[in-house]
Amino acid sequence: MKFSFAKLLQAPSIILLLLWMIVPLSMTLYFSFMRYNLLYPERTGFDGLLNYNFFLTDPALYDSIVNSLTLVGSIIVISVVFGLSIALLLQNAFRGRGIVRVMLISPFFIMPTVNALLWKNMFMNPVYGLFAFISGIFGWPVIDWMADFPLLSIIIMLSWQWTPFALLIFMTSLQSMDKEQVEAAEIEGAGFWSKFYYLTLPHLSRAIAVVVMIQAIFHLSIFAEIFVTTGGGPGYMSTNTTFLIFSQALLQFDVGVASAGGVFAIVVANIIAFFLIKTVAKGMAK
Amino acid sequence: MIIGYRNMKRIQHQSTVLACYVLAAIFFFPIFWMVLTSLKTELQAISVPPLFFFEPTLENFSIVQERSDYYHYAINSIITSFGATLLALVIAIPSAYSMAFFPGRFTKDILLGMLSTKMLPAVGVLMPIYLISQWMGLLDTRIVLVFIFAMMNLPIIMWLLFSYFKEIPRAILEAGRMDGANTMNELRHIVLPLSWGGVASAGLLSIVLCWNEAFWSINLTAGDAGTLTALVASYASPEGLFWSKLSAVSTLACAPIVVFGWFCQKQLVQGLTFGAVK
Repeated sequence: MKFSFAKLLQAPSIILLLLWMIVPLSMTLYFSFMRYNLLYPERTGFDGLLNYNFFLTDPALYDSIVNSLTLVGSIIVISVVFGLSIALLLQNAFRGRGIVRVMLISPFFIMPTVNALLWKNMFMNPVYGLFAFISGIFGWPVIDWMADFPLLSIIIMLSWQWTPFALLIFMTSLQSMDKEQVEAAEIEGAGFWSKFYYLTLPHLSRAIAVVVMIQAIFHLSIFAEIFVTTGGGPGYMSTNTTFLIFSQALLQFDVGVASAGGVFAIVVANIIAFFLIKTVAKGMAK
Repeated sequence: MIIGYRNMKRIQHQSTVLACYVLAAIFFFPIFWMVLTSLKTELQAISVPPLFFFEPTLENFSIVQERSDYYHYAINSIITSFGATLLALVIAIPSAYSMAFFPGRFTKDILLGMLSTKMLPAVGVLMPIYLISQWMGLLDTRIVLVFIFAMMNLPIIMWLLFSYFKEIPRAILEAGRMDGANTMNELRHIVLPLSWGGVASAGLLSIVLCWNEAFWSINLTAGDAGTLTALVASYASPEGLFWSKLSAVSTLACAPIVVFGWFCQKQLVQGLTFGAVK
């Protein structure tokens, strides 16, 4: 009796999460086959695969996928490389390390909308921005970041935010490294690179796996930074798949097409998740 | 000239330290610049060359409060992030306890399944959630945000609590049972006190994630239940030129959670990595 009550305690979380997943998912699936536009409520009925046809032949789709992958890939590479290098620099104690740490990880706690507006206005504005001022000093041509390099601008913003995340986790992981092993290696005459390659990197493998997986989850659905800066433009230069579906849904009010896009996004996310979990779970199980 | 080994080591160390200072300054500069701009007048904010020394003013902060009612949004942020975290913890603690101490054949799979709901892109269910909230009259209410945030963070919290509860030696529980503790007693008087740190990590992480959540709060709220992320997003539309007010509102929106983050670094790392990195 007592045993079964204790087991029953699992039920609420399982049921809630199941509902949270299945109800909206099945609705998305259902809408994706229906004619349903909030602007034309009188047009209803089964639409077959027309929504999918419309979404999949959208010329912006290809761009948006390339943009999504570019965003995810470059932010992960930048944050892991910089995060790891800075974590290694910070390994030995020195005066003021505490405050340096705090300053370095602060960007991670900044709101996405604040992050985006801060960079867009105060740094990347072609007239009053700090970058324009700096290029002026050196006589470099002024860059209109949002118009000329929208995707790169977003990569810069997000890398500024997520390098601290990688750093935070690598720093924590490095603290548990076996110091005697490192000393032994030094006595044997191991240089920086061989210590890094044979000791540090294997020790960090799990931390790196975690950093990559979490960032992939978050960056596939980057939204706020695009929403408040470029609005996906110019053209589709900074539209990722999330933003493309969002604009179908809440800017053009086409529930049907947006749902077809939603199904597409879910399928893509699942394919990526499958490979990620497989590789990362291997690393975590060690 | 021959530089001795010790000198070389010292120079190496000093240049590392210098590099750390420079990097910290670079990474922190945007935040510093934001706070500095919030203390300028609008004209000073866009002056070329940029001003580092000026007479600071607190005017922007009062204007922001007057014009867009900062407190209203701040309260929404506080209620939604703390409410959602509390709700998620209330659901997760008994469940995680049950899974950790009375695991079934599928417990591991269920937990993995829960985590996989995090992989579900929010945009894939945007329309249904939007419509359901509309039908239920919950659009632009805190209730809907509390529920969504709780569901978003529930898998992470479950994982964290599960891994913490698992580390409690079973012998302690059995001793408690011998003394006649029932399930609820066991949870309240044995499990929770022993895993306080884990519960705290999970809660802190959840609060930070809720506070900075932008997708749902921008799409489901307007004036009534808008959180600080939505408030800041609303400053995006007038093209530039309100930089000192934008900075003031941004400073106010970020300060609580940044300070919060400084104090909880350790717990957050454990939370962010599901306890996999210690």
